[in-house]
Amino acid sequence: MSSNHISGAEIVIRCLHEEKVKFVFGYPGGAVLNIYDAVFQQNKFKHVLVRHEQAAVHAADAYSRSTGKVGVALVTSGPGATNAVTGIATAYMDSIPMVIISGQVPTYAIGQDAFQECDTVGITRPCVKHNFLVKDIKDIASTMKKAFYVASSGRPGPVLVDIPKDITAEKYEFSYPKSVHLRSYNPIIKGHSGQIKKALSLLLNAKRPMIYSGGGVVLGDASSQLSKFVRTIGSPITSTLMGLGGFPASDKQFLGMLGMHGTYEANMAMQECDVLLAVGARFDDRVIGNPEHFLSKPKTIIHIDIDPSSISKRVKIDIPIVGDVVSILTELNDLLSKENMKQNAYLKHWFKDIDQWRSMNCLSFKNDKKLIKPQFVIQTLHKVTKGDAFITSDVGQHQMWAAQYYPFDKPRRWINSGGLGTMGVGLPYAMGAQLAHPDAQVACVTGEASIQMCIQELSTCKQFHLPIKIINLNNRYMGMVRQWQEFFYGNRYAESYMEALPDFVKLAESYGHVGMKIEKPSDVEPALKEAFSNKLKERLVFMDFITDQKENVFPMVPNGKGLSEMITAEDL
Amino acid sequence: MRHIISLLMENESGALSRVSGLFSARGYNIESLTVAPTEDPTLSRMTIVTSGSDEIIEQIIKQLNKLIDIVKVLDLNDGRFIERELMIVKVKANAQYRDEMKRMCDIFRGRIIDVSDNSFTIEITGSSSKLDAYIESIDKAAILEIVRTGASGIGRGDRILKV
Repeated sequence: MSSNHISGAEIVIRCLHEEKVKFVFGYPGGAVLNIYDAVFQQNKFKHVLVRHEQAAVHAADAYSRSTGKVGVALVTSGPGATNAVTGIATAYMDSIPMVIISGQVPTYAIGQDAFQECDTVGITRPCVKHNFLVKDIKDIASTMKKAFYVASSGRPGPVLVDIPKDITAEKYEFSYPKSVHLRSYNPIIKGHSGQIKKALSLLLNAKRPMIYSGGGVVLGDASSQLSKFVRTIGSPITSTLMGLGGFPASDKQFLGMLGMHGTYEANMAMQECDVLLAVGARFDDRVIGNPEHFLSKPKTIIHIDIDPSSISKRVKIDIPIVGDVVSILTELNDLLSKENMKQNAYLKHWFKDIDQWRSMNCLSFKNDKKLIKPQFVIQTLHKVTKGDAFITSDVGQHQMWAAQYYPFDKPRRWINSGGLGTMGVGLPYAMGAQLAHPDAQVACVTGEASIQMCIQELSTCKQFHLPIKIINLNNRYMGMVRQWQEFFYGNRYAESYMEALPDFVKLAESYGHVGMKIEKPSDVEPALKEAFSNKLKERLVFMDFITDQKENVFPMVPNGKGLSEMITAEDL
Repeated sequence: MRHIISLLMENESGALSRVSGLFSARGYNIESLTVAPTEDPTLSRMTIVTSGSDEIIEQIIKQLNKLIDIVKVLDLNDGRFIERELMIVKVKANAQYRDEMKRMCDIFRGRIIDVSDNSFTIEITGSSSKLDAYIESIDKAAILEIVRTGASGIGRGDRILKV
């Protein structure tokens, strides 16, 4: 054996160094002991020990969401891998570039029902962009290279590499490929020029143009190109839950989020427009509601997306443009700069309609003297953090309130599970975001139900000194479930009441953090100011806000209904 | 409508289950699926017979193209093509059926490839509908066993699916 031969485990580590990985989120176990031994003997990346594999994947996912880089998680075989599945599926639904390395039992034991064996590649196949089982040490480096390339190119997504233990013990020389070519995988970058010209002319001549931007704008780092384009053509714009921050929320042209809990003006404008440009969005059920109702008002639809399968999936598209969103928007902006731009005369009328819808003031709510309104907490959070924090959320009412009442002016600041809707992501998401941005303010907006799904990570936060602020909107209910039960199930609150809650202040303190319980509306702002003050700059603060139990999220498009069939707070 | 989709994919373990998993996960129909290596041992060719509206077929093609292991996809129904399926059928060939089974085999241009006192084993190739027609034409009580390969297809003339 020549002296430059190193172990498979060391090869894995060297690959991560080549990819300039800064953080690996993981949890050790039998099948990855060789890899962990190699982790121990290096210092180019930091390993973040979580308390449950699900959190490792979520944290790596948020690291990616907040930076645009590939997130990396490392888990052991069997239960390590199955625990990671929720995290992987969450990342897959939101197209987050990640590489997950899982240990596997030795090659000779595969299929023998060995201890901690499971068919990881089989289990994860439907929720990864691609996965690999490495059966030969010679293939480790090239597989890792492919994994990072596939995860981060085209429509991004998680890629899993399953490595049997014996492969990590063998020795082989390390050589990392400089480039990678897959004959079966060639994402389209440049959009069709003819289609782009057609799209622009349609938009410029529209009477009621509308732009609808999605997570693809954030993932593709296209917000500056999008903003330039939208400001030049002057049309209104809305965003999906995943696209928030892709266009500045404080801009007059922005109508707020659309969809099931979108603003009245955004949903009405989506319904009433005559030319719609969708950018990196996928017309999903929570966004446009019932597709037939959506199309009942005739409109010409232009759709920019990197994934051809997103086009005409739920709604027939008139002008599809497949390619990278930056490349296409740049081409559109170049065309626009050559255009002799006259103010589109119709826009004035269109904005008149929009202003009328805006005057509904659909997000208004009545503050109370005794009960804390959850919306008020979010508004105050926005004020105290000057709108510049990284906000992660769990899933439910608090998630919608955060999206509605914390306007984002920058991309990658709003981190939540939009597609899979995974409760429990909030705290690990905040960990990933805080590690990536150590000096930034990071707040996790959550509820007393969601936070308990990954509460063990308070321990990880202690170990790594993560000064996250947890905004727990505690209404003693699984709020969104309760809301649906109130509206659609005759107030029968089946199993949605949270009994036997812990004392969150003591719980936080037992993990070595700061706990606060806030019960009066007048205490909301002082408490938030204190939590974000210099005094507590280095500390995790768990803020338990005891909120109004009966508050609901409005507006709401009931499931299966059309966008213009919203229920507003006034209707009830 | 019934469509025959041909595709070339990397001849790697797991590639087949990616395709079959896609069909079950998204609720697409599979009438038949056949796969075998090509003259290039790194590539397998698969033929899938499916059915659905134009929108569903469009999605199936796009979703197949999205799988990393798949190199090329072709909907044979987009042009002229030839379809063949092989069926091996074992039928009763006792005194009551012997002559009729020989006659039906000839009519459908099959070949008897095994003979015993009481049975014939017959090989028939043709489009899937021709094989269906054969089964329709003979007495059901005479059928002992049937095995079909599922359809394979190829474009006519200059239509070639190759890397």
